[in-house]
Amino acid sequence: MTFEPGDRVRVLPAEKPGHVRTPGYLKGKAGWVESVLGEFPNPEELAYGFSGLPERPLYKIGFRQTDLWEDYEGPADDCLYADVYEHWLEPGEGGST
Amino acid sequence: MSDHHPHDESGTSPYAARIRAIEALLLEKGVLTEPEVQDRISYMEARSPANGAKLVARAWVDEDFKELLLSDAKAAASELGIDPEHPAEFVVVENTPEVHNLIVCTLCSCYPRAILGRPPDWYKSFNYRSRAVREPRTVMREFGFEPPEGVEVLVHDSTADVRYMVLPMRPPGTEEMDEGVLAALVTRDSLVGVSVPRYAGS
Repeated sequence: MTFEPGDRVRVLPAEKPGHVRTPGYLKGKAGWVESVLGEFPNPEELAYGFSGLPERPLYKIGFRQTDLWEDYEGPADDCLYADVYEHWLEPGEGGST
Repeated sequence: MSDHHPHDESGTSPYAARIRAIEALLLEKGVLTEPEVQDRISYMEARSPANGAKLVARAWVDEDFKELLLSDAKAAASELGIDPEHPAEFVVVENTPEVHNLIVCTLCSCYPRAILGRPPDWYKSFNYRSRAVREPRTVMREFGFEPPEGVEVLVHDSTADVRYMVLPMRPPGTEEMDEGVLAALVTRDSLVGVSVPRYAGS
C-alpha cells in the first residue's frame, strides 16, 4: 500500500482506452484517502479474460463536491466517495480539506 | 403507429432477442448448461429489497447487530439467513442526523444484487447515473425527499469492487413497533438513499 488514510491524492488525468473503473469526472481531481479497501484483481485486465494479477490496492477516496463541480448546488460540506485503484492515484496537494 | 413500436409482433424486444440468441449459442457450444442458466435465474429471483428491509429492521432493534452490519455486512446477512455470497464486497453505510448517504454507480449499474436482487430501472438510467453525483439534492427532491437543513449529503459512487446499501434512520413514532412491522416501512428506494422510510403516525 502506497497511501494511508488522510493522505492527499490526485486522480491521474490519464486517458486509457478500454475498460477502466475510474470515472471521467474524477480525473485530475484532488481528494483524500478515506480508507484502504484491500487488494483486488485489476478489473482492466479481468475484463479481457486475463487473471488481473497481481492484485491492486483499492482505496476509498473522498472529494469535496465543490472541488468536483464549480457550480455545485449544495453546501460546501457535501462530499463524494469513490473507489479508486492505486495505479490511478498520485500524491497531490490541492482541493479542500 | 406500429412502425415506431420498439417491439416485434411476438412481444420480444431486439435486446431480448439478441440475448436469447447469445444464450442459445452458449448452450450449443457447451460453454453453459441449461441447469446453470436456471440456477442463476433462481439465485437472482431469491433476492429482493425485503432482505435489505430485514437487515435494517434488525439493526434498528438490536444495537449489537447494527455494529456487525456496519463492520461486516456479509456476516450480518448470514446471521439472518440471507446468503450474501458474491465476488464483490458488501458494505452498509449509516444515515445519521449529520449525514445522509446516496448510492450510485456512474460507470454501469453496480448494486448489492446478492442481497437486494436486480436494481430498479431508474438506477441504471443515464439520467440517474449522471445526475446523482452532479446534483444529488435535486435528484432526491424529485423522489420527494429533502434532507433537513444542516445535513451533509454523502454520495457513494460504487466504481469498483464494493457494493453499498444504506442503513436509514428509524423514523420517529415507531418506538413500540416490532421488527416485522418496522421492516415494512423500509422501502427499496430508502436502501439506495433517494428517500427515507416514513411513518404516517410520526
